[in-house]
Amino acid sequence: MAEEKIAVYICHCGTNIAGKVDVEEVTRWAAEQPNVVVAREYKYMCSDPGQELIQKDIKENGVNRVVVAACSPTMHEPTFRKAAADAGLNPFLVQMANIREHCSWVTVDPDEATAKTKRILSAQIHRLPFNQALEPIEVNVNPDVLVVGGGIAGIEAALKLADAGKKVFLVEKDPSIGGHMAMFDKTFPTLDCSACILTPKMSALGKHPNVTLLAYSEVDEVSGYVGNFKVKVRRKARYVDTVKCTGCAACTEVCVVRKVKSEFDVGLGFRSAIYIPFPQAVPLRATIDATKCLTLSKGKCAKQPCVPACGPEAIDFTQQDEFIDLDVGAIIMATGFELWNPEQDQRYGYGRLENVISSLEFERLSNASGPTGGHIVCKNGEAPKSVAILHCIGSRDENHQEFCSRVCCMYSLKFAHLIKEHLPETEVYEFYIDMRTFGKGYEEFYKRLMDEGVNFVRGRAAEVTNVALSPEEQGHLVVKAEDTLLGMTRRVPVDMVILSAGLSPRKDAKEVAQTFGFGCSANGFYLERHPKLEPASTMTDGIFLAGACQYPKDIPDAVAQAGAAAAGALVFVNHETVKVEPTISYIDPEKCSGCHICVGLCPHAAIQYNAEKNVAEVIQAACKGCGVCVAACGSNVPQQSGYLDEQIFAEIEGALAV
Amino acid sequence: MSTDGFEPRIIGFLCRWCSYNGADLAGTSRMKYPPNMVPIKTNCSGRVDPTHIMKALSEGADGVLIAGCHPGDCHYINGNYRTAGRYPMTELLLEQLGLEPGRVRLEWISAAEGDKFAKTVTEFTEQIRALGPLGWNTMLDAEEAKSA
Repeated sequence: MAEEKIAVYICHCGTNIAGKVDVEEVTRWAAEQPNVVVAREYKYMCSDPGQELIQKDIKENGVNRVVVAACSPTMHEPTFRKAAADAGLNPFLVQMANIREHCSWVTVDPDEATAKTKRILSAQIHRLPFNQALEPIEVNVNPDVLVVGGGIAGIEAALKLADAGKKVFLVEKDPSIGGHMAMFDKTFPTLDCSACILTPKMSALGKHPNVTLLAYSEVDEVSGYVGNFKVKVRRKARYVDTVKCTGCAACTEVCVVRKVKSEFDVGLGFRSAIYIPFPQAVPLRATIDATKCLTLSKGKCAKQPCVPACGPEAIDFTQQDEFIDLDVGAIIMATGFELWNPEQDQRYGYGRLENVISSLEFERLSNASGPTGGHIVCKNGEAPKSVAILHCIGSRDENHQEFCSRVCCMYSLKFAHLIKEHLPETEVYEFYIDMRTFGKGYEEFYKRLMDEGVNFVRGRAAEVTNVALSPEEQGHLVVKAEDTLLGMTRRVPVDMVILSAGLSPRKDAKEVAQTFGFGCSANGFYLERHPKLEPASTMTDGIFLAGACQYPKDIPDAVAQAGAAAAGALVFVNHETVKVEPTISYIDPEKCSGCHICVGLCPHAAIQYNAEKNVAEVIQAACKGCGVCVAACGSNVPQQSGYLDEQIFAEIEGALAV
Repeated sequence: MSTDGFEPRIIGFLCRWCSYNGADLAGTSRMKYPPNMVPIKTNCSGRVDPTHIMKALSEGADGVLIAGCHPGDCHYINGNYRTAGRYPMTELLLEQLGLEPGRVRLEWISAAEGDKFAKTVTEFTEQIRALGPLGWNTMLDAEEAKSA
C-alpha cells in the first residue's frame, strides 16, 4: 500500500461550527496528527470552492485519504465522496467527522466543544489508514411502482407515474378509492365541490391502462431491497366476482340486512350487508360485509335475495382471500390519517350528549349525497337555530396531541360558511385559540366569514354541558369558554356543537411502517428523510411519502407532496440500475470452520452453508450489510467491508487518544 | 485514585439508521448534553462485537453505550434482537472481568428520539461520573511495564 497521506478539512459551517469550536486550534492540532499531510479550515466545505480544495489536494499534493469534519454524513457524505471520486480518489477513502450535529450544536462550553471535536476527528484520522478502496455494487431496478393508499395523495401520485409511462399498482384497503376527500362536500377556501374535482381523477385512475387497481386489498409482507421490492398483497374476499359485477346495485336494494352503519357516512347513515360505499365508487363493484351478511356470518339467510337479483350471477359465497406477489422498484406510501376520536375528551360530551358531533360527521351532514340529503339538522330532524364550532379538539393539547393539525381552522371556517349558506338565520359561534389561516386565499376566506356574521370567540372551549343554569339555557347545549378578548368566562347556549377534531396517525401506522421498513416520528406520523429538503422520502431508499400519513395537511399540500413523491419514485425507477453501498460481508473460505452460527443469525438469509466445502458463503446480492454475522462469529471470519474490526478498533483508539 | 475533576470518557456505538439519526436530531434541535461521549457509527447495533466493548474499556473508556433501533424497527429486520440477545452474555463476561455494573448500557433510540438521546447521554455521563474512573488502560500499561 502506498504511504497514507491524509488531508483534514474543518468546516466552519458559517458560525454553526466556528461559533462554538475553535477551528483554528483544531486545524493546528490536526496538522500534527499521524499520517496527516494537510489540514485546512474553510467557511463552507460543501460549497464549490470548498470541494475544489479537496480535489486540488488530491491532484496536486498526492493526498490519498480525506476527512471532512463538518455536518452529519447523512447530509453531505455523498457530496464529498463524489468530489473525491471526480478527482480520482476512491470515494470510500473519504470519511466524515460529524462535529456539527454531534458536537457544536449540542455542547454548551466552547472549550469542551473544541476538545470533543478533536476526539471525533481523531477517531476518523486513526480509522482512515484501514479504509479500503471499494466499488459500489450495481443492482437492476424494477421499473414498476407500488402506491399504498387510494386517497387524493395516492391517486395523484399514481396518476402522475402512470402518465409518465410507468406501470403502477395501487393498493387500497377499502372497497373504493377516494379516501377522506370523497366524504367532503366542499373544499376550502374556494368552496369547490369536493366530489366534482375528485371523481374525474378517481375515474381516470380506474381506467388508466398503466394502473392496476387493487382495491379492498392490503399489503401483508414486504421483502427485497432498493429497486427490487417483493410485496405480498392480500386481496380480501368481496364474495362478488368483480369481473362479472356491473355495479348496478340491484343486490344492495334487496338485501335483508339494511341497518349496517355506513362507514362512508361515519355511522350517520345505513347501508346493507352487500353494498357499494358511494355512487361514484371506483371500482364500482359490490362488496359483501362478511360480518353482517346472514349467509356468511350465521350460515343462514332464508331468501338470499341478492343471488337472484344479480343478473350477471356475480355473487360467490365461496370466495376466499387471494394472495398476489408484486415486484416493484419503488413504493409510495399514501395511507392518510384518521380523525382524532373526540370521545377521548369527555369534557365535550361526544358520544354522551345528543347533537355534539364530530367534524367528519358534519361533512356528511352538509353533503348533498349524505344521509340527510345535505340538510343540516339536529337529531330531532329540526334545523339548529344556533351552532358552536369548537376548534383544536385533541390538537394543541398536552393531554392529547401537542401538534397543530393545520386543517381544522380552515374547515371550521368552511363549516360556518356552509351553515350560513344553508340556514342564514342560524347563529354560528367559532371558539378558537388562534386562527391559523396559512394558505393561499385562506386569510381572505377568514375575512369573508367575519363579514358573513359569524361570531368569533377567542378562547378554547372548556366544556359542553346540558345542565342549564338559566331559563334561556334550558333544553340547549351550553358551551363554556373563557373569552380572552373580553376577559370573562361565557356560557353560550346552542342547539348543535361541532367538534373540530385534529388529524391523527392511523392506528396501524407503526405496524405498517415496520412492515415496509421505515420509521415513525415521535407523534406517530411517518418519518421523512429530511424535514426540509426531503419531506417526501423515507430513510429507506426507494420508499416515498405522500399526504397526511407524513403529517396533517390540506388537499393542496397533499397533492403537491404526491407530485414530489411521484417525481422521487420516477427518478429512481427511470434508471436501469442503482448503486448500492458495498459495505457487505464476506467470508474467507480458508478460515471458516463451517460451524453454521452465522447462517441462522443472518436477518436476510444471505448466508448459505456449502456442505461440500464445509464453509458458509455470503450471497452478495442478498446481503444488506448489517454486520450481525461479523459480530457473531467466534473466529472473526466474516468481515464487513467499510466496517472492518480494524477500522472500528482504530476509531476507538483514536477517540480515546486525545 | 483521585476523582477530582474527573471527566468520564465514553464510547457510544450508534446504529446508522435509528440512534445515529436520533443523535443528529438532538443536534438539529439544539438540545444540550455533556461532551463526554464520542459516537462511533455502525450500520446495525448487531455489528457491535463484545470485543469492541472490551477494546474501548481497555483503551481508557470509563463507559460504553450501545444504541440501536427499537425492537421491531430494525432496518435489518431483526439485527437488534441479536444485539439484545448478545448483551446479557457481554454483561456476564464483563462482570467476570471485574467490571462493576452500570458502565455498559444498551438503549433503543429511534431517529425521532433526539430528546431521548440527549437524556440518555446526560444520565449515562452522570452515572459514569459517579462510578469514577475505570483506568483499565493505565492498569494494562502498568502490567506491561512490569512484565517488560
